[in-house]
Amino acid sequence: MIGLSHYLAVAAILFTIGVLGIFLNRRNIILMLMAIELILLSVNINLVAFSAYLGDLVGQVFAMFVLTVAAAEAAIGLAILVIFFRRSGSIAVDDVNRMHG
Amino acid sequence: MIATIAFYLFASLTVLSALLVIFARNPVHSVLWLIVAFFNAAGLMLLLGAEFIAILLILVYVGAVAVLFLFIVMMLDIDFAKLRSGFTANLPFGLLIALVLLAEIVIAVTASRSGPIIGDKPVDTAQPNIIAFGDLLFSRYLVPFELSGLILLVAMIGAIVLTHRSRGDARGQNIHRQVNRDPEEAIRLTQPESGKGVEL
Repeated sequence: MIGLSHYLAVAAILFTIGVLGIFLNRRNIILMLMAIELILLSVNINLVAFSAYLGDLVGQVFAMFVLTVAAAEAAIGLAILVIFFRRSGSIAVDDVNRMHG
Repeated sequence: MIATIAFYLFASLTVLSALLVIFARNPVHSVLWLIVAFFNAAGLMLLLGAEFIAILLILVYVGAVAVLFLFIVMMLDIDFAKLRSGFTANLPFGLLIALVLLAEIVIAVTASRSGPIIGDKPVDTAQPNIIAFGDLLFSRYLVPFELSGLILLVAMIGAIVLTHRSRGDARGQNIHRQVNRDPEEAIRLTQPESGKGVEL
């Protein structure tokens, strides 16, 4: 019988893969954004699993809000990526020091 | 029984394709594996009874976000091999961080796991998932719903403003000039001799 913990395990593994992706692809910002999408997907799986577990639809409503924010974040992130590439001709994260932070 | 098999199928495929997303050499392949991961996650959502979220995952992620990624990856002319140069150098540290994170989550989950399994208190199935979802979304969560629409609007305007550039050589419509034209300026009457052209 599949229980809540199975879904939580899948979400935890997905989250970890997302964090690993951010660490491994430190130079490629597109893959970092994809890893962030994976992390948000794992959060969504958690929310929906708890929604089914508790018999409460609120978790699914919040999963939808997370989805909305994820879509907006991807659009803005990729737009910033495009203008950065247009200015510097590269998307290496190490080169992003325009503000000398 | 079938639900168990389906769960393990979807879960293993989700994890496998997520791994391939971050390990694929070609970013286009990464995006395609991301699509596979989202499809299988949608299958997981279906197993949980969240039909609307499952459809939303496919529509929003596969239909919009993944295609956006694909566009950007193909539009930018980037030497991706150079970007992977730090990959193996970061591998031990990244794996360490990932394992620590996973261990923490597993400890937290196992420490709190004593509740009943799914199905003990299922979502009310008297009405379809989408109807129940809509009832909740358009009553109690109406204001957050409208705000999420506002977030999308801001994101859309922001993306357009960020990426828009006005080109000097584009031939746009100058309405001011159009309105200010008068017949004297626009028409010139000539009486050319036969056999000769008109000097414009």
